[in-house]
Amino acid sequence: MTESTGGIEVEEETAGRVKKFMFVNRKAPYGTIYALEGLEVVLISAAFDQDVSLAFVDDGVYELVKGQATKGIDVKNFSPTYRALEGYDIEKLYVDAESLKARGLTEENLIVPVEVLSNEEMADLMAAQDVVISF
Amino acid sequence: MLHIVNKSPYQTRNLESCLRLAKAGSAILLIEDGVYAATRDNIAAAGVKAALGSVSVYALSPDVEARGVNNLLLDGVKLVDYGGFVDLVAEHANTQSWL
Amino acid sequence: MKFGIMISEGPYTHQATDTAYQFVKAALAKGHQIHRVFFYHDGVNNATRLTEPPQDDRNIVNRWSKLAEEHGIDLVVCVAAALRRGILEENLAKGFRISGLGQLVESGIQADRLVVFGD
Repeated sequence: MTESTGGIEVEEETAGRVKKFMFVNRKAPYGTIYALEGLEVVLISAAFDQDVSLAFVDDGVYELVKGQATKGIDVKNFSPTYRALEGYDIEKLYVDAESLKARGLTEENLIVPVEVLSNEEMADLMAAQDVVISF
Repeated sequence: MLHIVNKSPYQTRNLESCLRLAKAGSAILLIEDGVYAATRDNIAAAGVKAALGSVSVYALSPDVEARGVNNLLLDGVKLVDYGGFVDLVAEHANTQSWL
Repeated sequence: MKFGIMISEGPYTHQATDTAYQFVKAALAKGHQIHRVFFYHDGVNNATRLTEPPQDDRNIVNRWSKLAEEHGIDLVVCVAAALRRGILEENLAKGFRISGLGQLVESGIQADRLVVFGD
């Protein structure tokens, strides 16, 4: 754990400090590395016992599309990792309704259960965070 | 909340998403190629002008000057330098960079 | 106030690291503290000591090293992102250190504000 967390003794350095972290995913997978490396940050954040939310906005919703098969491009398919997040106690996955609709997608097309938010709900949630990290 | 947009409105729709999800009372800072959205008659000008009623819009002056668009700015967009950028970050509880 | 900074792009191709540098300088000039600058994605390429820009151009890597030396700023390069891109201890510029992603999350916790510079 200390290697993945950057040698930080989580318990000592950040004990008792719980902030609201939102990771805003706005890039499609595979075309660029942002989605994959963003997911790596999310997994590490689980070790710090913070209040973590993931938002999927714009092309970020494509990260969650079911049925990704990457053999032909010889790149690792990381979409199953979103299903594993629950095991890390990361359960707040929010999807922007307008981004889904604009791409002809519905919740049925997504690999994990999510909460779909209206503009107003997403704006409120984003504004309520302490730290917003965008990919 | 401070929203930061660094892309030309002709290249991406980042500013549109930002305007859609920026709450009343928040601020938008246009930096780098984002400053083109602060010019008169650009593709995003109507959206920026409409937003000015409820959010504050700033453009980073060194980026505006670097691109030669000082004299093309929309009324109501406020200019800040890097020190002003720092102040905006300090004044708002959090920031979202629309990359 | 304490600022954490994340940089997601390398030098020269994108303006992100230039903007971040100017932001950090302005923050220091106003008496703020920089908790950490964390280099992620292609941002790790800011940490190679092998760059040799033309003499009439800014030296982005040395500029960060100098700022770290003068102000004791913690410049952290993500190990996983660095290894992917060939940034190793042996070609690391002065003032940078390689460490884990936890350093970014910790900066989010410790700093009053975290600002992301990317493309």
